[in-house]
Amino acid sequence: MNRRGGGLLPRLTSLLPEPATIQRWLRSQAKFLSFFLPAAILLVVLVIYPIAATLTLSFLGPDGGFAGLQNYGSVLGSPDTFNSACLQQGLPCGTLLNNLIWTGIHLPLTLFMGLFLAVLLQNVRGASIVKSLVFLGMVTPLIVIGVVLRFILEAPIGLVPGFFDWLGIRSLAVNWIANPSTLLFGLILGTVWSWTGFSMVVYSAGLTTIPKDYFEAARVDGASEWQIFRKITWPLLRPVTLVIVTMTILWELKLFDIVIGATAGSQQGGVGGAADVLALQMYRYFFIIDYNRAAVVATLLTIFTLIVAVVLFRRLLTAPRRKKRRRLTPSVRRMEARRVGPEEAGGSEVVT
Amino acid sequence: MAWGIGLAWMLPFVGVAMVAFRPLSQTSFGWWNLSPFTVTVDNLIAAWNNPGCPLSLGLRDSFLVALPATIIPMFVGALAGYGFARFQTRTRDYVFLSVVLLMAVPQMMVAVPVYNLMIALHLVSSLWSLILLHSAWGIPWILLFMRNFFRSLPPEIEEAARVDGASDFKIFFRIVLPMSLPAMAAVVVFQFMWVWNDFFFAQVLIQNANWYLSTQCVPRLVGQYVRPFDLLSAAAILTMSVPVALYIILQRFYIRGLIGWTIKG
Repeated sequence: MNRRGGGLLPRLTSLLPEPATIQRWLRSQAKFLSFFLPAAILLVVLVIYPIAATLTLSFLGPDGGFAGLQNYGSVLGSPDTFNSACLQQGLPCGTLLNNLIWTGIHLPLTLFMGLFLAVLLQNVRGASIVKSLVFLGMVTPLIVIGVVLRFILEAPIGLVPGFFDWLGIRSLAVNWIANPSTLLFGLILGTVWSWTGFSMVVYSAGLTTIPKDYFEAARVDGASEWQIFRKITWPLLRPVTLVIVTMTILWELKLFDIVIGATAGSQQGGVGGAADVLALQMYRYFFIIDYNRAAVVATLLTIFTLIVAVVLFRRLLTAPRRKKRRRLTPSVRRMEARRVGPEEAGGSEVVT
Repeated sequence: MAWGIGLAWMLPFVGVAMVAFRPLSQTSFGWWNLSPFTVTVDNLIAAWNNPGCPLSLGLRDSFLVALPATIIPMFVGALAGYGFARFQTRTRDYVFLSVVLLMAVPQMMVAVPVYNLMIALHLVSSLWSLILLHSAWGIPWILLFMRNFFRSLPPEIEEAARVDGASDFKIFFRIVLPMSLPAMAAVVVFQFMWVWNDFFFAQVLIQNANWYLSTQCVPRLVGQYVRPFDLLSAAAILTMSVPVALYIILQRFYIRGLIGWTIKG
């Protein structure tokens, strides 16, 4: 509609959208909200508001006044968080370094084990049962995983000290739970055991998306199994690897239950805090009603996890597929040229 | 070889079972000592009736939390997921992305304010606090999962119903939900296990020994000077039996949920 001339008011109203448009817009919003509102209320009250409140708390003093970065300084400066002396004197290294050590050791091991098992079980009879057995560690409560590890690591009932005793290696035939230098590494290996099921299952699913004729074509061209893995399997699994790496880092940051389960009965976080982690430190502050410092640790944890998550999302959303100059053999390259369509569509996308 | 790996991977669970189903006198110096070997359920009964934290109550409370905390977010999340799947606009895509990003936020980030909120509502140590919190916490992933599923459904059926004059809600409940049963099953398995296996939220919100969940009971069996491995193993077996049984029965849905959640399958 086009109203020309007239007074000021009609001219102004002509700038606004038509009533019918507004009405349609309102109706569409109402329709959408009627679906989204219950979820939105729950999320705002129990997730979004608490996140904002925790963030605020981390900048407040115990009296409620603004404290700037003071809390952050006191948490990051505490040897509980970051014990630089551990390089010379050994564990404990503090929660931040422990999470870092955990990630550094656990991530490559669990990736390797998962991929190794997935490839190994690819064409094996009864593989699904073996996979289910390996995956049991993923469905068991983490607190129980921590307890289960005691039956492996704790002397005299556990297997590992007994095994090393039998071998005659005295230095490792100790109570792995009660010993600061073995506790952390014992638990890290324990999480490798319990979480490999995840990377194995996801890698297995990824492997099934690679067309079988790629392998056959490469074999026809005379490629060795290792070359096939290096040049076909591994590059095509890259998006899957990215997902596993992200999820695993997120879990490593949120470690809590396993440490409690494995060290219940002794000092929280293990002897001398050898296996103390950020989430446990947060819980300890919460428990002694030091909410401000609890909020600081929680905020730091959130920052770390969001960085990891955003990297994943951006990679998956933009997902620039590199041109495949790396293709090893001519027939695979030809095959892929023909396949571009379906393969592009089959790529992994989390969000959209 | 494959079978060897599977069995080796089971070793820690075998160890726990060995201790749980045999008298402690036979296992206390290593559960791999196989003679003498007697099978007993005394340890399970002792853990079930343990006076400090009876697993009978712990398991009951875990069920009382996990069942509603699965059903509520399943419906609420599916409803919202349908909204995002069918009434898409650019702004709503941003809302959707930020909700999905909430999935990465660690539980610790909400603990203190939620605890304070529950104090204000007089809900601390009530199972309701956990039910509400888990319901909200499960929504982002369920919303994402269900939205992706709804978008894979052909819209023609819904459009036909709309032409026939059915309202949006009627279409959702009568046509879309019945078609979504496989996806809902995946949501149920996954969410139930997540709630059952949770320890942190329970630890923050349930501080009355009468209402401890089973995951809370397990570490409480160990004292500073006592290591009752028989009770501990029995409690571990009891607590893990529910998610493991669920996994074995509904494995198909579980794996689908996992794969759909990580790499869209």
